[in-house]
Amino acid sequence: MTKDTKNPPIDRVDGRLKVTGGANYFADFEIPNTAYCVIVGSKIAKGTIASLDTKKAQNAPGVLGVFTHQNMPPIPGWDAPVGGEADGPAPKPKTEETYRILSSSKILFDGQPIAIVVADTYERATYAASLVKATYSKQTARTDLQKHVAEGIAPKGADGGNYLRGKPDAYQAAPVTLEANYTIPIEVHNPMELHGILAHWTGPNTLMIYAKTQGVNATQQAMAEAFKIAPKNIHVHAEFMGGGFGMGLRTWPQETAVVAIARKIGRPLKLVVNRSQMFTLVGHRPYTVQTINMGADQDGKLIGIAHAATAETASYEDFTEATVNMTKFMYACPNVSTRYRIVRLDRSVPIWMRGPGEATGAFALESAMDEMAHKLKLDPIEFRLRNYTETDPEHNRPYSSKNLKEAYQRGAEAIGWSKRKNEPGSTREGDWLIGYGMSTGTFNAFRWEASARVLLKADGSLTVQSAVTDIGPGTGTALTMIAHNVLNVPLNRIKVEYGDTSLPKAPTQGGSAIVSAVGSAVFDACTSIKQALIELATKNGGPLVGRQADELTLADGILSILTEPKKKVAVSDLMQANNLAVIDRTKESKGGPQLQNYSMYSFSVHFVQVRVNPLTGVVRVTKAVSVADSGRIVSPKTAASQMIGGVAGGIGMALTEEAVIDHRFGRFVNNNLADYHVAVHADVPAIETIMIDKPDPIINPMGAKGMGEIALIGFAGAVANAVFNATGQRIRDLPITPDKVMQKLT
Amino acid sequence: MADNERKGNGFDNDNSPRRIFLKKSSALAAWALTPTVAMTVVDNGLHEKVALAVEQMPLWLTINGKAQQLSIEPRVTLLDLLREQLHLTGTKKGCDHGQCGACTVHVDGQRVNSCLTLAMTTEGCTVTTIEGLADGGPTGTLHPMQEAFIKQDGFQCGYCTPGQIMSAVACIREGHANTPEEVREYMSGNICRCGAYANIVDAIMDVKKGGAKV
Repeated sequence: MTKDTKNPPIDRVDGRLKVTGGANYFADFEIPNTAYCVIVGSKIAKGTIASLDTKKAQNAPGVLGVFTHQNMPPIPGWDAPVGGEADGPAPKPKTEETYRILSSSKILFDGQPIAIVVADTYERATYAASLVKATYSKQTARTDLQKHVAEGIAPKGADGGNYLRGKPDAYQAAPVTLEANYTIPIEVHNPMELHGILAHWTGPNTLMIYAKTQGVNATQQAMAEAFKIAPKNIHVHAEFMGGGFGMGLRTWPQETAVVAIARKIGRPLKLVVNRSQMFTLVGHRPYTVQTINMGADQDGKLIGIAHAATAETASYEDFTEATVNMTKFMYACPNVSTRYRIVRLDRSVPIWMRGPGEATGAFALESAMDEMAHKLKLDPIEFRLRNYTETDPEHNRPYSSKNLKEAYQRGAEAIGWSKRKNEPGSTREGDWLIGYGMSTGTFNAFRWEASARVLLKADGSLTVQSAVTDIGPGTGTALTMIAHNVLNVPLNRIKVEYGDTSLPKAPTQGGSAIVSAVGSAVFDACTSIKQALIELATKNGGPLVGRQADELTLADGILSILTEPKKKVAVSDLMQANNLAVIDRTKESKGGPQLQNYSMYSFSVHFVQVRVNPLTGVVRVTKAVSVADSGRIVSPKTAASQMIGGVAGGIGMALTEEAVIDHRFGRFVNNNLADYHVAVHADVPAIETIMIDKPDPIINPMGAKGMGEIALIGFAGAVANAVFNATGQRIRDLPITPDKVMQKLT
Repeated sequence: MADNERKGNGFDNDNSPRRIFLKKSSALAAWALTPTVAMTVVDNGLHEKVALAVEQMPLWLTINGKAQQLSIEPRVTLLDLLREQLHLTGTKKGCDHGQCGACTVHVDGQRVNSCLTLAMTTEGCTVTTIEGLADGGPTGTLHPMQEAFIKQDGFQCGYCTPGQIMSAVACIREGHANTPEEVREYMSGNICRCGAYANIVDAIMDVKKGGAKV
């Protein structure tokens, strides 16, 4: 086990590369003779292409090809009509209607690629793309979930969204009841880096890909299946990714198309989509409507909760997420029922977005908890404490660790919760109404399978390798700390190599699971190296012969006896004496069966202070405190950054983010960063982050649980609750824009 | 045109880059927009070479201290020139519409969105990108702002970082970094989707308070 002391904050190991422009993202790589792709998108949301004129584009200067459904080169693995599946390649059809890029004249969603233009420069490709002319036979598109909620269907698969504990309608007979509807609009990941691919066929059946992917192994596998070539012949590189937030969790059809066209044309091809295509070609958080019914007794004990959610998906693929899951296990409530439905619309398919369904569900559940606390005239924290559970009521088993009470307490102190008045609308400073709100977040703490290789060289340097990519959380820094903690090699002698399929296989970066999964493999490989050193030192003829492993300590390249520091040997001498230039260990790591005995979750609590201007309806988040209960914090500095990032994302989700469709045309009207408002500097105050930082004794040898998702999950609810506390008005439709506030206040 | 004539604000005299560009491009447009000429070129299969010849225009400018004599298409943006032709990929493309700030560079000391700047308009200008802010590189000296970003962890994925840093340096030079509130206002053109804002503001205030020359 790692020593039970808090880890020091260290600078990000890739910091220098990132501040000097030296970090290379996929589009930064240079391959001689590269040509450029530009996608032409459909201007209707449903129908068929009646005519497509590509002659002018074809004849434009520098154009190497214009590819449409009429001349798209084959993708051998796509012979069968296939639906696609999140987080993986090429599965079986799920619905009657399926989508294959540039495979037919049928239009299934607005912006669907109808042509890919290839030219020798980006400017020429862009110009030629403007010359592609299409006419359409248009059909009425169904894009408005609100109009089609009744058409919700239960998704196929194990959980199907339905869950019942106790009686489904027990809330009805409770002394205090609540029924409320909550809406989350379409939100778009919008990482700063545009999506795309740089693809190069280095031989007839060998492929080099620079990708914007959260998992190089997943991209490799998807391409292997699409082109029916062995994965080992496909090299995928994605050391740096300019943000993903979930949009890089799958290989998107246009990536596969570019690879196919590159093979046809015989040149390396680069695709960088434009910002408006980020709204239609790489997924989004689905529009979701939710209803919560809740019943409690006068003492503030929950009697029943029913949570129903209906979300949009594409006509051609069923996307699902865990929107209602938090309700099943968060509170000690004897009667809980959940229901999850999807509606197939003429829209492009969603994909998980940071804190995926849980962030959507937490907004509803934690808003409802606040509403019920108000009905009960209870402090919202007190209400949660009265329904606190130390064991998971969904699975009837203990949590691997849960320090949520401490999180409530420390967060409340930090925000100044005592200043909050339980009676809403009762604090005013000048023109502004002041309110405080809080909310809980939770997300599974996973322990996936991963592998890592660690090499200790006789010169004392250490190299850590894993295929995992680093989309921004600081994976390289965390892995460095984990290796450092086991082998005590100075930080500046540790090098981490990642984001490449030539390295040991690792899962896709997502689900807040990487420190737990890859970190464990690094831990195991380092531990194995440490054992090898101890064996060399204590074997017959060794410098510390006869000593036991637990008598020894390893620090700064010296192995010594704990109680007799003078008895020691330098690791470099030990390796040289044994003719070892390197000790090289690769470990696969996954959790043991004992993990099944526990429910493993990370928890967060978000506190905010808001100011609401009753004359303009403007809401400003003026203070934010986020508390993470996610086990041992491996890298405090990057962990704190993840938490403040969740706050910024949460402010956007709560106050500004909404992709708006004009349903007459089924098209977005604000598909750019000027009109789709993500939080900017001026929206985000100074933020306090608090780490409970207590190791989880079960999940992995570091005791670390994930935090990428919990940083966001729940935050929007805290803002909505604070707006209520400030104004006495409850807004259940995100985002909380001034018009909604004004409507309530006048 | 002598060197000293190319300097200045560059936008309001007869020899300004913009005027020169407009003159050149008007002549080009008159020629290129004659449909029969264009189509004849295409039909004769000469379009590649001819297009290349007519699309290329001379451009003189200084990038990161190095004088450059270039020949470019007039529709190339400064951003794409830097990235696709000069291998200066530290400057990033986030939106291509001047909405995100990822492409921020300095032109004659002013921060600009290089995606909204046609390269031809920088004739005679001095351009500084993230690669030219300091000696940099794997081991070189960092600019105080780069140091501060590392110290305060003013980034996560790192994609917006070059733009944030270029903007941050300009923010201080402009005198718009007197309080955290002012910094937030004057840095709001640079979006960070990872949400490192609080740390970025701390980094800028560190540099401002440290008093180092930026």
